[in-house]
Amino acid sequence: MNILGIYYYWVFAILLMIGFYVVIAKLNLIKKLIGLSLFQAAVFLLYITMGNVEGASAPIYGFGAETFSNPLPQVLILTAIVVGISTTALGLGIVVRIKEEYDSVEEHEIQEMDRR
Amino acid sequence: MTVVFGIFLLTLLLITAVAIVRTKNLFVAVMLMGIASLLIAANFFLLDAADVALTEAAVGAGISTVLFLGTLALTTERERAPTSRKILSFAVVSAAALVVIYATFDKPRFGSPDAPTQTHVAPWYLDKTREFIDIPNVVTAVLGSFRGYDTLGEVFVVFAAGIGVLFLLAGAPGGGKRPAPPGSDVGLSRHLIPRVVGRLLIPFILLFGLYVQFHGEYGPGGGFQAGAIVAAAIVLYALLEGEEKALQVIPRRVLLGLSAGGAILYGGVGVAGMLLGGNFLDYSVLADDPVKGQQTGILLIEAGVGLTVTGVLLSIFHAFAARGRQA
Repeated sequence: MNILGIYYYWVFAILLMIGFYVVIAKLNLIKKLIGLSLFQAAVFLLYITMGNVEGASAPIYGFGAETFSNPLPQVLILTAIVVGISTTALGLGIVVRIKEEYDSVEEHEIQEMDRR
Repeated sequence: MTVVFGIFLLTLLLITAVAIVRTKNLFVAVMLMGIASLLIAANFFLLDAADVALTEAAVGAGISTVLFLGTLALTTERERAPTSRKILSFAVVSAAALVVIYATFDKPRFGSPDAPTQTHVAPWYLDKTREFIDIPNVVTAVLGSFRGYDTLGEVFVVFAAGIGVLFLLAGAPGGGKRPAPPGSDVGLSRHLIPRVVGRLLIPFILLFGLYVQFHGEYGPGGGFQAGAIVAAAIVLYALLEGEEKALQVIPRRVLLGLSAGGAILYGGVGVAGMLLGGNFLDYSVLADDPVKGQQTGILLIEAGVGLTVTGVLLSIFHAFAARGRQA
């Protein structure tokens, strides 16, 4: 079980950093938002991993289970997912407006136009 | 067996993430993002988080993909720019990754019942849910009652984000809204198989959404999931029959009313508790029996959450779709 535990944490770390890399290294604004979603997903994964209890079941009574996983991280992440999509939609809305004004979604082109 | 399955899913997830970084085609990246969401949802399910898995599958793989595709239709499908400062970014990211991986060695063992996360408030929630609220799903109890303030805040954030998108996109760039010419190729209505399968599926998706909404106290489910599922059903309808038809079913004004009404219903339940002599969002005073009151309160606020999430997600979808028609 321990191998899986370490692996879960490492996947979290690598996924987090892949998202981070996309946000800082890619110049396309849509790609940046995709990277931000990956970053977010990694954080979700960490929370749910930490809430898991060995041999336990989902925190719902009445199915014969005795021990339960931690319900609190699940509640936090459940709401965070829906808030995440709302903020992503706001970001996409801004990207669409930028495209209409500058006719580009590439960061370096937009900055060049601003300098002129 | 779980170990093998978990490692398999996580490895697939990493491969997908690397592919997302490497592809220059944004359409491919968005599709891969949908696959990544589905893999994460399966992982959540393995980790005993059924409620979260349901939300991630509906939101991440469904609604999010549709919104990204809508944006691609309005902007571009290809990434033109070269990666900037590749070596510097890679060095920064690698250094940060090493720090995070170093930190994982100090983490408590995976699944350990003695980890600090497991011994703080969680046992109290698991223990007292039966006594105070008496519903089987502890996640719903914590979400709706014990941490009702949090959830109220989240609902307002969702509402605010929806209003923000409408401010950005609802104003037409060139004046009034042009309706699509009649008889033009709207949606997928010319394609036989999606139309037949979609029409068959939509009623069942809606029914499932209602089940998830009202069964949230007994099994995995609740307002957030149900809102996303119902919105997904209507988005599917709009994709099949054209956006105009979907707007005839639920007009924009109704969607706005749903978004605001849900938030007001949630806040109103809180204020009703105050008027009846309790604290804000204290449901115990809503009925003669405190436990009954808690259950009534959770049912009402979950309905509010569901209404707001449906309204906001559909408003956002229509804002993107209408923008595409004007362009």
